[in-house]
Amino acid sequence: MLDAGRATGAEFAEVFVEDKRSTSAGLDDGRVEQVTSGRTRGAGIRVVAGETTGFAYTSDLSERGLVAAAQAAAAAARQGGGGVRAVALGPLVQHPVNDVRIDPREVAKIRKVELLQRADEAARAVDGAVVQVSAGYGDSVRQILVANSDGVLAADRQVRTLFRISVVANGDLGMQTGYESLGHTIGFEVFDDADVAELAERAARQALVKLKARPAPSGTLPVVIRQGTGGVLFHEACGHGLEADLVAKGASVYRGKVGELVASPLVTLIDDGSMGGEWGAIGIDDEGHPSQRNVLIQDGVLTDYMWDYLRARREGRAQSGNGRRESYADLPMVRMTNTFVTNGADDPDDIVRATDHGVYVAKLGGGQVDTASGDFVFGMVEAYLIEDGRITEPLREGNLIGNGPQVLRDIDMLGNDFAMGNPGTCGKDGQGVPVGDGQPTLRVKALTVGGTAA
Amino acid sequence: MTVGVPELQAIADRVVAQAAPGEQVEAFVMRGGETAVRVYEGEVEHFVSAQSEGVGIRIIRDGRTGFAHAASLGEDAIAEVLAEARDNSAFGTPDDWAGLAVPDGVPQVPQKFWDDDLAAYPTGDKIEIAKALERLALAADPRVRVEDCNYDDDWGEVAVSTTTGIRESGRGNSCYVSVSTLADDGDETQTGFGFAVGDSPREFDLGKAAREAAERATRLLGAVKPPSKRTTVVLDPFVTSQFLSVVSSTLNGESVAKGRSLFAGRLGEAVANPMVTLVDDPTDARAYTATDIDGEGLAARRNVLIDGGTLRMFVHSSYSARRMGTSSTGNAVRGGYASSPGVGCLALQLVPGTLDQAALIAGIDEGVLVQSVSGMHSGVNPISGDFSTGASGMLIRNGAVAEPVREFTIASTLQRMLLDVAAIGGDVDWLPMRAAGMSLVIRDVTMSGS
Repeated sequence: MLDAGRATGAEFAEVFVEDKRSTSAGLDDGRVEQVTSGRTRGAGIRVVAGETTGFAYTSDLSERGLVAAAQAAAAAARQGGGGVRAVALGPLVQHPVNDVRIDPREVAKIRKVELLQRADEAARAVDGAVVQVSAGYGDSVRQILVANSDGVLAADRQVRTLFRISVVANGDLGMQTGYESLGHTIGFEVFDDADVAELAERAARQALVKLKARPAPSGTLPVVIRQGTGGVLFHEACGHGLEADLVAKGASVYRGKVGELVASPLVTLIDDGSMGGEWGAIGIDDEGHPSQRNVLIQDGVLTDYMWDYLRARREGRAQSGNGRRESYADLPMVRMTNTFVTNGADDPDDIVRATDHGVYVAKLGGGQVDTASGDFVFGMVEAYLIEDGRITEPLREGNLIGNGPQVLRDIDMLGNDFAMGNPGTCGKDGQGVPVGDGQPTLRVKALTVGGTAA
Repeated sequence: MTVGVPELQAIADRVVAQAAPGEQVEAFVMRGGETAVRVYEGEVEHFVSAQSEGVGIRIIRDGRTGFAHAASLGEDAIAEVLAEARDNSAFGTPDDWAGLAVPDGVPQVPQKFWDDDLAAYPTGDKIEIAKALERLALAADPRVRVEDCNYDDDWGEVAVSTTTGIRESGRGNSCYVSVSTLADDGDETQTGFGFAVGDSPREFDLGKAAREAAERATRLLGAVKPPSKRTTVVLDPFVTSQFLSVVSSTLNGESVAKGRSLFAGRLGEAVANPMVTLVDDPTDARAYTATDIDGEGLAARRNVLIDGGTLRMFVHSSYSARRMGTSSTGNAVRGGYASSPGVGCLALQLVPGTLDQAALIAGIDEGVLVQSVSGMHSGVNPISGDFSTGASGMLIRNGAVAEPVREFTIASTLQRMLLDVAAIGGDVDWLPMRAAGMSLVIRDVTMSGS
């Protein structure tokens, strides 16, 4: 197939084969509504000639189907002439980042459904004001195999298990919501350590506390972000801007800044796909390169970008294990894995005490960034006012907005209580991939809070 | 549907014929393909050409629902999916309202979804279109660079069959081009985008797409953070479309049935300014998401949701309708073969006003024209109604567009924003989204900046 892919004289050919099985179960309104099973199996074939990438995919894994796809990809790269060159594949590389003790496929569906019911009961038991609960369980086993004309032959088996719960509470001022989730790149043993009832109670309390919330302030304030909830800030404020494909096109505020101070000297930012059972962990990336730990910012200085095969090849440098794709039907591109800021020296309580008037964000939601201008937003799902160095009243939801380079410079306190956050799905160019993030409690001395209160 | 696909219908029928006594079975079968061309600096950066297929099977027995799907129409795969769906149905909680749609006699409105010209369009010409758009965007302004420029088309065939008598199949194709721009001024870079849609590539207005992409990026150069205050916003058509989509999620009949809609129990009440008439009309062929059937195979239909500011109805699938003691409004939606149907609006539009954007702005002393919003998924909660998004655009002063502004938020609540609508533009833009766009003026929104 690699021969067929290169038959037209291309410089690089790659076959990516995926077989993914998933199970999910959803509960809503007190009922287990549906258990779903899915299977995605197919191959994506990529051929690179000059600056052009040809790509075709197929769910027909017979030799005939694969060769047809390879020829389509080669034709798509639109290079004439050439001949056949045999490819000598190296030994199979496997680079597991952790052990899976309990394969979710071996677990009876009824046990998955029971988790949902346990969470539903726990959330409703917290308070009579809890009026609605929905919960979801999901697992997936994704086997991939990558072979390319450079001789790479690598395989990985990625097992992920996820649980999420959302709660609606009703009060005098209307409805409020709470949401919690957990997800790890391991098997069903995740529930040995994590109690879904506890997760459900946290989601319920989040909704309940917001029933008394007042509108968030409008304007620029110091913002303290709790450990393990604000990694999305770095994901948006600089993570995307450090992806080499965006940098290469001059679509990043961080282009040409390697070696420069781009953040407060407190900040060391890492992207690490080899991080145990974290949600963004992978043994190999979707181009067959083993995952690794990459230091992106060291003590405020930009040290490197993240790389995939194509961008690294153009720069004549090594890949960094960040070439990922949603499925066999997608082209790989530069993506984050687990992105986090390492510990600082401050006691988290001191950070709050040192803040006269500001906002304490106990839980952040998603975010979005314009990498070229650096402007980014992220939502606060659970937040409180800080008055005279104390956390006081709960606030309603809203977005925070800032400019990446400015916000990185404005981090003026960093805690010593590092924690990883919730499982996330990062979207880029229409593809979603699982990512993790983390950070200790920190303070940004000025961020714009998008509420409605004066 | 207008044009049947007998081969896929036969596959769906064969699945349904395997229903055991007491089972309701639905088979949803799809096949499709795509072409994606991305051009950068005059060269093809990537070219994707591929086909895919899949099946989703839903089984309901004794009020318990099971579902399974696979990305294959091979006989073995289908047999496995059927067995998995059957197995999965054992784990659901019995639900008296669970059930498949039943034909309701509502006729479909015939529309044209397939274009022979597009289906036969030469590959080389598709690449040339993308290259031409890139050249036009670059030529529009010397400060503009192009980040990427794309031609995309797809075609799809679907068939759905059920034991309750639904048998529908059809096919469609569509195409669009899009361009992402960067504009530089010293160290500062701003971004823009433009796109064009058409039944066939011959209908693309490349000039307009290029002009808008260049203008969006260049007019933000020099933008500053505005001071915080309450003000009047003019939403650009593209932003209005996103706003309407959020509003529509509060009118979802399933959310109402499950106590998650802030408009539950308010039918017949004034929920918006009297000038607001919100319609979901997938039978309007001008809508990008126009369709003749919904996700369960019932005829798509025109539904007036808010009429002159008064809440008239919620949208329903057969399930949510059964729960609420009413009939399906033809609003089952499904994301493809890999998901079972939910409820949602299909093709929203506001009944337009008469003024264009410039005329609306001429009537505003002080405000802001919102060119784009970000974080609609992170700062807007359709259950509580809290609305807060990042924004960029142009200040409005004395009836004219003034200096550019960025890195601010606009905030209110969905409930208030509907009541605070001050004008609706006549500049309808049939965007490639679930809702048509037009300029929309909303009073008393909080702008948070410096």
